[in-house]
Amino acid sequence: MAEVTSIAGEDGNFEIQIIQKPRYIDMEKCTACGLCAEKCPKKVKDPYNEGIGLRKAAYVKYPQAVPLKYVIDKENCIYFVKGKCRACEKFCPNKAINFLDQPKNLTLKVGSVVLATGSRPYDPSGLEDLYQYRSNPNVLTSLEFERLLSASGPTQGHLKRLSDGKEPKKIAWFQCIGSRDTDHCGNGYCSSVCCMYAIKDAMMAKEHAKGELDCAIFNMDIRTFGKDYEKYYLRARDKAGVRFIKARVHSFDEIAGERDLHIRYADENGQTQEEFFDLVILSVGLQVPESSRDLARKLGVELDGYGFVKTPTFAPIETSRPGVYACGVLQGPKDIPGSVTEASAAACLAGGKLALARNTCTRILDLPEEIDVSSEEPRIGVYVCNCGINIAGVVDVAAAEEFARSLPNVVFARQNLFSCSQDSLDSMKESIREHRLNRIVVAACTPKTHEGMFMDTIQGCGLNKYLLEMANIRNQDSWVHSDNPREATDKARELIRMAVSRAGTLNQLQEKVITVNQRAVVIGGGVAGMNAALGLADQGYEVVLVEKEKQLGGMADRLTFTIEGDDVQAYLKGLVERVTTHPLIQVLTQALVVGFTGFQGNFTTELLVGPGPYQRKINHGVTLIATGASEYQPREYLYGQNEKVMTQVDLARHLKEKGAQDFNQVAMIQCVGSRNEENPNCSRICCQNAIKNALKIKNLNPEAEVFIFYRDIRTYGLLETYYKEAREKGVVFFRFDPERPPQVEQVGEDLVVNFRDPILDRNMQVKVDLLALSAGMVANDTEELASIVKLARTAEGYFMEAHVKLRPVDMATEGIFICGSAHSPKLMNETIAQAQAAASRATTFLSRKELTLSAVTAQVNADLCAACLICVRSCPYGVPKINTDGFSVIDEALCHGCGICAAECPAKAIELNWYEDDQLLCKIDTLLEGAL
Amino acid sequence: MRLGYPTSIKIIRVPCTGKVDALHIMRSFEKGADGVYLVGCREGDCHFERGNFRAKARVEQIRKILDAVGIGGHRLQMYNLSSSDGPMFARFAEEMHARILEAGPNPIRGAVIKQKKVQTDQNQIAGAAL
Repeated sequence: MAEVTSIAGEDGNFEIQIIQKPRYIDMEKCTACGLCAEKCPKKVKDPYNEGIGLRKAAYVKYPQAVPLKYVIDKENCIYFVKGKCRACEKFCPNKAINFLDQPKNLTLKVGSVVLATGSRPYDPSGLEDLYQYRSNPNVLTSLEFERLLSASGPTQGHLKRLSDGKEPKKIAWFQCIGSRDTDHCGNGYCSSVCCMYAIKDAMMAKEHAKGELDCAIFNMDIRTFGKDYEKYYLRARDKAGVRFIKARVHSFDEIAGERDLHIRYADENGQTQEEFFDLVILSVGLQVPESSRDLARKLGVELDGYGFVKTPTFAPIETSRPGVYACGVLQGPKDIPGSVTEASAAACLAGGKLALARNTCTRILDLPEEIDVSSEEPRIGVYVCNCGINIAGVVDVAAAEEFARSLPNVVFARQNLFSCSQDSLDSMKESIREHRLNRIVVAACTPKTHEGMFMDTIQGCGLNKYLLEMANIRNQDSWVHSDNPREATDKARELIRMAVSRAGTLNQLQEKVITVNQRAVVIGGGVAGMNAALGLADQGYEVVLVEKEKQLGGMADRLTFTIEGDDVQAYLKGLVERVTTHPLIQVLTQALVVGFTGFQGNFTTELLVGPGPYQRKINHGVTLIATGASEYQPREYLYGQNEKVMTQVDLARHLKEKGAQDFNQVAMIQCVGSRNEENPNCSRICCQNAIKNALKIKNLNPEAEVFIFYRDIRTYGLLETYYKEAREKGVVFFRFDPERPPQVEQVGEDLVVNFRDPILDRNMQVKVDLLALSAGMVANDTEELASIVKLARTAEGYFMEAHVKLRPVDMATEGIFICGSAHSPKLMNETIAQAQAAASRATTFLSRKELTLSAVTAQVNADLCAACLICVRSCPYGVPKINTDGFSVIDEALCHGCGICAAECPAKAIELNWYEDDQLLCKIDTLLEGAL
Repeated sequence: MRLGYPTSIKIIRVPCTGKVDALHIMRSFEKGADGVYLVGCREGDCHFERGNFRAKARVEQIRKILDAVGIGGHRLQMYNLSSSDGPMFARFAEEMHARILEAGPNPIRGAVIKQKKVQTDQNQIAGAAL
């Protein structure tokens, strides 16, 4: 609810003025019980549900909102509009409503600024003539459709038409609405995400549909260029039967009475086709909202014509104003992994500037010394929460409290109005001390949100934090059994009884504290590795950069210029210079990783360093993998046999060195070594590569004819403008099917390309001076490295991140990060951003001298272990090892705490702390007491 | 969302369905539970990579044992959902509740009641003989 009004000052020392709008609900007092919304009489169209559902004027945007605090919508509140009502104020059990709330002015002093204001979906109302979005209820935007599919949406995920409740049998998607369209909306760029989300929505719709559902996606090109995205597209097309139709629909109308939509389009051969659909989904693109443009103007940050922040190719996160960084769609259209990556990169750059000030504003929590209660009998305290009326409105809390008092080992029981309020927490501490309680049960809400708070509270009394047990009598009881208070109270008693019995079995657990070695090892000295090294070194950490070749540079060493026209060699020279002269970076060339041990914060890498070679051992806290990828060496199309056939990388160099005067007829073939059986993925970079070289040829030799044979042109994001430019400059594009690729033959001295033109539907032939193959990318050979460091790779040899969207540069092993083409093929600007992101994530480890690890880890009882190897095989992270004494050991620094080994162990030699067998079994026994 | 489901369902928290031991499940039935079900992440989305597949395999194995001993494998079920899918959670609860209602009480309960009755009868006979 805050808005920036101005930024003064300069890089390293900004002063920001912020206006915070009134919420009319006191954040300190609001416990998000939801009563204000329940009692609010005013219903409003819910923008979160794209206006197809309703919410109240007192509301929270969505159930997972952060902060989870309600707000009053002043525009719609009956009291604000008509001066009467105040129902929320009357019913709020915590007196949190404040109609007198005023806007607040805040001034912040900061060193760096990150812009991440995102995008808004394109509003297709302006294309009413074409798509009837406003007038026809069966025409939805993709976001509206996603709300229809969502379990928390207006139909609870039930797929039906809002117009008549009919379950659709046929759904059409129209791609590129508000994207790649300079005629109607002026957005000449590709929004990058719509192809994937349309495929996903089609797949989800098929899952949700009760019967057969026909899904057809009308597109110009399918742009599934991300990591493993092509495989998803193929699955949708070949396994799920989603239809992909190459056409822009030119008109449709509604069948009167039926409300079905009658669609006409021209197929690839120019024939008019007709079809009927129940729903039409407009795949709307991404757009920078006017408010972001305003903000950029206030900040003095330069934008491009579409409103995206202008950033240099080799500094993709830096805006025109030093110290101000941009990430996410504001920087250019991109998907979630790209946005998350850039966000980390922005943090790297913003933090690098502030490295000297690190930890100067940190406050340290003073905790009393822990009391050892292990020899004491359990003295259990039970706190039963009313949660206002959230629990008390259904469950008889007094009865539950009384019941708790009667249970074995319970020496104290009390009810709280709100257990999480500060005064309740304070009095909880008092009673713990007064009654010498040594196990605590809080019967309230979910441990997911409140366990940490109650753990902190008991720690404040000197109790070990694992001596806490929660009984969820709200989410698992009062909220879901509100229609049956008697049974809900019975269930509350049961849940409390189970919690008390487990509490009696809880042990004090010690969390392991490990020191963090503040050095990083970066494996791979290309653009990714060098940027990652610089990112870390600029934060003040020592880096060892390991490169197996004789010099730094990697793949970029072969590149000449980018599509934006930037000189790669000049950039590379400067980058190598900065890396080799940085006092905190040590470069080891001709170095091979031969050994790797340890865990987060404490790794040891063994190297063989040339030209000796001699052995080196490096201790370090984090590891960054940046081993890169190379251009595929084609076996197709006479490559290596005819000197007129070259790859795009070779061609770029040729153009730089020798120009284009020898080229009068040029052909380019796309997807060579990509999107085929051997490598099913798209290599992402080749379409723009071809267009870059085609434009260069046209530039050097305007008379030259350039033909590009493609399957889908994937110039995503702002690259689309170059595709348009190429077409305008006369580059000719021919689409081909993988079943009928162009044929290349040598006829005497001549090189001839035979192909079929789909529009004329006839075979054609062209004689060329040059055939450029858009060879895909191949991950560098990392089989040995992957087995030494124990890292997972995809079938194509790219390293696998911990989570595609949420942790795109982390690897599954804590303390190891990935960046550059070793992750998947990508452009230089994307590589640089990802390298900075990896450095940023690594900094979250290095910036701490010590790491405190969870005590919820598996422990082996050596006496019981039979060394059967079942734990070794069942652990998803390869942690258990059989030691020289012949029993299994589990390193608590590596254990993730899932407990799979404990469940699998046939000798019951393994216990998972805090979830020990007797701690779970006692709950079962207590619950079922008296059942027999 | 606060969607209702039957009060018969009581939840025991574990870090991963992969942590649920065969012993825990068997003990539940031994102590008289009428039904047991596990709710894990969606297949392929396991927070711990493959814990839910381990649980699935274990559930399948124990179902066979339950069939063999006459309790009935249908009293045990593995479900998968995403953590944001409340409606599905409620649906699973309803489904399992309905299934157990139809199946009736755990046969062990019946057997124990019968045994208790026999014992009481015997005591009474013994009493009469004295």
